[in-house]
Amino acid sequence: MEILMSVIAGIIFMAATYLLLSKSLLRVIIGTALLSHGVHLLLLTMGGLKKGAPPVLSEHAKAFVDPLPQALILTAIVISFGVTSFILVMAFRAYQELHTDDMDQMRGNDQHE
Amino acid sequence: MQLLHFAILSPFLFAFFIPFFAKYAKKIHTGWFVLVLPILLFIYFIRMLSITMAGETVRSVLEWIPSLGINFTVYIDGLGLLFALLITGIGALVVLYSIFYLSKEKEQLGPFYVYLLMFMGAMLGVVLVDNVMVLYMFWELTSLSSFLLIGYWYKREKSRYGATKSLLITVFGGLCMLGGFILLYIITDSFSIREMINQVHLIASHDFFIPAMILILLGAFTKSAQFPFYIWLPDAMEAPTPVSAYLHSATMVKAGIYVIARFSPVFAFSSEWFWIVSLTGIITMVWGSFHAVKQTDLKAILAFSTVSQLGMVVSMLGAGAAALHYDNTEYYTVATMAAIFHLINHATFKGSLFMAAGIIDHETGTRDIRRLGGLMAIMPITFTISLIGTFSMAGLPPFNGFLSKEMFFTSMLRVTHVDLFNVQTWGVLFPVLAWIGSVFTFIYSMKLLFQTFRGTYQPDKLEKKAHEAPIGMLISPVILVAFAVSLFFFPNILSYSVIEPAVSSIYPTLLDSHEKFHVHISQWHGFTAEVFMTLGIIVIGTAGYLTLSKWKGIYQLFSEKLTLNRLYDKLTIGMEKGSYQVTKRYMTGFLRDYLLYVFAAFIILMGSALVFKGGFSFSTEGTAKIGVYEIILSVVMISATAATVFAKSRLTAIISLGVVGYTLALFFVIFRAPDLALTQLVIETISVALFLLCFYHLPKLRWKKKTRTFRLNNFIISLGVGIIVTLLGIASSSQRTKDSIASFFTKHSHDLGGGDNVVNVILVDFRGFDTMFEITVLTIAALGIYGMIKTKVNEEGKSVEPREDK
Repeated sequence: MEILMSVIAGIIFMAATYLLLSKSLLRVIIGTALLSHGVHLLLLTMGGLKKGAPPVLSEHAKAFVDPLPQALILTAIVISFGVTSFILVMAFRAYQELHTDDMDQMRGNDQHE
Repeated sequence: MQLLHFAILSPFLFAFFIPFFAKYAKKIHTGWFVLVLPILLFIYFIRMLSITMAGETVRSVLEWIPSLGINFTVYIDGLGLLFALLITGIGALVVLYSIFYLSKEKEQLGPFYVYLLMFMGAMLGVVLVDNVMVLYMFWELTSLSSFLLIGYWYKREKSRYGATKSLLITVFGGLCMLGGFILLYIITDSFSIREMINQVHLIASHDFFIPAMILILLGAFTKSAQFPFYIWLPDAMEAPTPVSAYLHSATMVKAGIYVIARFSPVFAFSSEWFWIVSLTGIITMVWGSFHAVKQTDLKAILAFSTVSQLGMVVSMLGAGAAALHYDNTEYYTVATMAAIFHLINHATFKGSLFMAAGIIDHETGTRDIRRLGGLMAIMPITFTISLIGTFSMAGLPPFNGFLSKEMFFTSMLRVTHVDLFNVQTWGVLFPVLAWIGSVFTFIYSMKLLFQTFRGTYQPDKLEKKAHEAPIGMLISPVILVAFAVSLFFFPNILSYSVIEPAVSSIYPTLLDSHEKFHVHISQWHGFTAEVFMTLGIIVIGTAGYLTLSKWKGIYQLFSEKLTLNRLYDKLTIGMEKGSYQVTKRYMTGFLRDYLLYVFAAFIILMGSALVFKGGFSFSTEGTAKIGVYEIILSVVMISATAATVFAKSRLTAIISLGVVGYTLALFFVIFRAPDLALTQLVIETISVALFLLCFYHLPKLRWKKKTRTFRLNNFIISLGVGIIVTLLGIASSSQRTKDSIASFFTKHSHDLGGGDNVVNVILVDFRGFDTMFEITVLTIAALGIYGMIKTKVNEEGKSVEPREDK
C-alpha cells in the first residue's frame, strides 16, 4: 500500500512540476495546489497506513493509527490553503493590471541592467 | 598609550581638525597649520637616533585585541627610524611646497590635507609597528589614502582611472600579503615580527615557507611598482604634483621595499629569495629605464624613472642576501648598505625633480616636453635644481647618485661570485643588465634636462608666459638638492647614524653583538671596474642621447597591443564583460528557467544521494494490504491528475484539481483520518470556489493554443522529479529505524490533555504553538488579500481606490 501511495504521490509531483514549468500563471498556481496535495499524501504515507483504528480513544481499539502525521497534515492543509488563496488573488490582481496570464510577458524589462 | 603610539596616531587626530581650519580660517592657507605636525614629528624622531646608534631598540605594547594576539606594538630600530625620518622630513617639505602649489581659492584644501595626513599616519604605522596584522591595517590605509589623493581632481576621467587602477593593483598585493602573514602566523603562532625572526629555523623547515614568501613578496612588489605590477604608477601621475613627489617617489612606493627589508631576516637565507628579489629588481630597473626614454610627459618620465630606481634598490636588497650564504659577510653586505644609501638618495633627488616638474607645469601650463624648451634663462633656479637632480639620478659626480651607483655596480659585480643553484654563469647577467639600465637612465636624465631647459623658447605653444616660480615654492626643492650635494661631499655623516643601524636591523643575526657593520662610503676607490663602467655610461649615454632621433624607431618594434597596460585593460574589461555575459546567460528573467535550475539541482543531488550513497532500498515488509477501494481511488486520482495537465480549458483544469482534492479526502477516510477528511473536503470546496471566482469571470476562457505546447525539457525534468519523489517515498517507508512517538500521544491524550480525539489534543494541547502560528498565517493571508483588493497605488506612488471591474 505504501509503495502504491508513493507511486501516486510521485505522479502528482510530476504533474505539478510540469504545470509549474508552464507559461500560464493559472497553471502555475494549479501546479502549486497539486504539489501540496502530493506532499500531504506523502506525509500520511510516511506515517504508516492502516495500522489500527482512527485515533479517537472512545473507539477502545487495540491499536490506533499514528496521530502525529495527521496533526501535521492538518496544519499544512490550512497553511497551504492560506498561501494558495493569497497567490490566487495576487494572480487575479496581476491579470487585472497587466491584462495577461502569460509568464513570459510578465518578465521584468532590461532597464536595470 | 605612550608618546610613541601617540606619535603614530597624531596625524589621524590632527586630521579631525583640518576641516575646521579650512572652514573657519579661510584667510590663512590650511597648509600652514598642517606644516607644524611633520616638523614636530621629525624633531621627535631625530632625537631617537641616539638610541638606534647605540644599537638599542625600543619596544612598546598597547593592547588592542589581546585575545587574538593583535596588539599595537611599536618597535623602533634603525630601519624603521630611517623610514620615519624620510616620511616626516619629506612630508614637511611637501606640505610646505603644496602651500604654494595649491591655490587656496581654487582648490578644496580641507580634503587634500585630511588625505595627506591620513597617509602620513598610515605610513608611519607601516614602518614602526611590530605586529603584522596592525602593519596590514596601516598598509591598506596607505592604499586607500593614495587612492583618494590620486583621485583628488575627481572630475577628470583620467584621475578616476588612475586611482581605480592603483587601488586594484595595490589591494590585490595587499590581500596576498595578508595571506602570507596568516601563513606565517600558522607556522610561528605569533603575529609579532620579532617572534617570527626568532623562529627562523621553524619557518625554514615548514611546508608553507615558499607560499608565505611568495605572497608577501607579491604584496611588496605591487606596492613598490616592480615588474610587471609597475603599470599603476605612471597612471598615478594624475595626482597633484606634491602627492606624486611624496607618495609616488619618496614614501609609499618604498613601503614594499621596507617590507622586503623587514622580512629579510625571515626569508633571506633561502636561495629562492635571493633569485626572486634580485632578478625582479634588475628586470624592473632595465625595463623602467628603457621605457622612460620614450615618454614625452615630464611626470611620466619621472614615474618610469621611479620604477627603474626602485628596481635598482630591490635588486640590491636581493643581492645583499648572499651575505647569509657565505662567510664573507663584508663582501656582500655592501649591496644592502648601497640599497639603504640609494633609498635616501632617491628620496632627495626624485623629490626635488618632481617639485621642479610641478613648478614648470605651474608656470608654463604644460608638462609636455615637446612644447617646452629654452627655459634655462627664464627659470634659472628651477634649472639648477633640475640639473642637480638629473645628474644625481644619472649617477654623475659630484652628486650623491654617483656614490650609490658606484656601490650598485660593486654589489652587482660581486653577485657574479654567487653560485646558488649552481648557475654561476647566469650571475654575469646582473652587471650587464645593471650597466644597460644605467645607460638608459643617463639618456632619459639628459633628455629630461636638456629638452626642457635648452633649445628654443616657444612662447606660442605655452598657455602662460613662463617666469620663475615664487620663492616659497622653491624652498623645498632647494633644501633637497642641497642635501643631495652635501651627501656627495660628506657621505659619512649618514654612515653610522642612519645606514649602519638600518643594515643591522636587516641582518640582525649576521654579526655578534657589539660588532658593527663597517660602513664607509668614499668618493674615490682608485681605478676600479666601477669607474670604467661609469665612464662607459657617460660615453655611450651621450652618444645615445645625441642620436636619439635616429634609433627612436626601436620603440615602434613593440606593438601597442603587447603592452602590459593593454593587458590590464583587456583583463578588467574582459572580466566585466565575461561576468555580464555569464550572468545574462542564466539570469533570463523567466520564472520557468529558475524553476528548471531548482528542480534539476533537486534531481541531481537527491538522485546521487540515492545512487552513490546507497540510500535506496525496497521492502514490502510491514506495509498494509491493498484493497479494492484503494485501487479504484488510485485510478480516479491518476486520471484526475492527468486531466489537470491535459485540460484544454481553464474550467476543466480547475474541476480536475477539485476531483484530485476530493479523492484525497476519500483517501483520508480510508486511511482513518476523519479530521483530515473533513478539513480537506471543506477547504477543497472553498479553493475551487476561489479558483472559479478569480478566473471564471475573466474573459478568454480558453487557454491560448501556444501555452499548451509540449516541451520535452519540461517533461524530462518533471518525470525526474516524480521518479525521485517516488523512490524517496519507497526508500524511506522501507527502512524504519525507530518506533514512532505516537504511543505517547495515544496513551496520555486522555489523562494529560483531557480529550479522546488524539489529533485534536495534539493540535491544541501537545503542540498548540503550531496551531497558534497557523492561525497567524491565515490572518496575514486574509489581511493581505484584503489589502490587494482594496488598495491600489497609482503611477505617482499614491494609493487610490481600485477601479471598478466590469
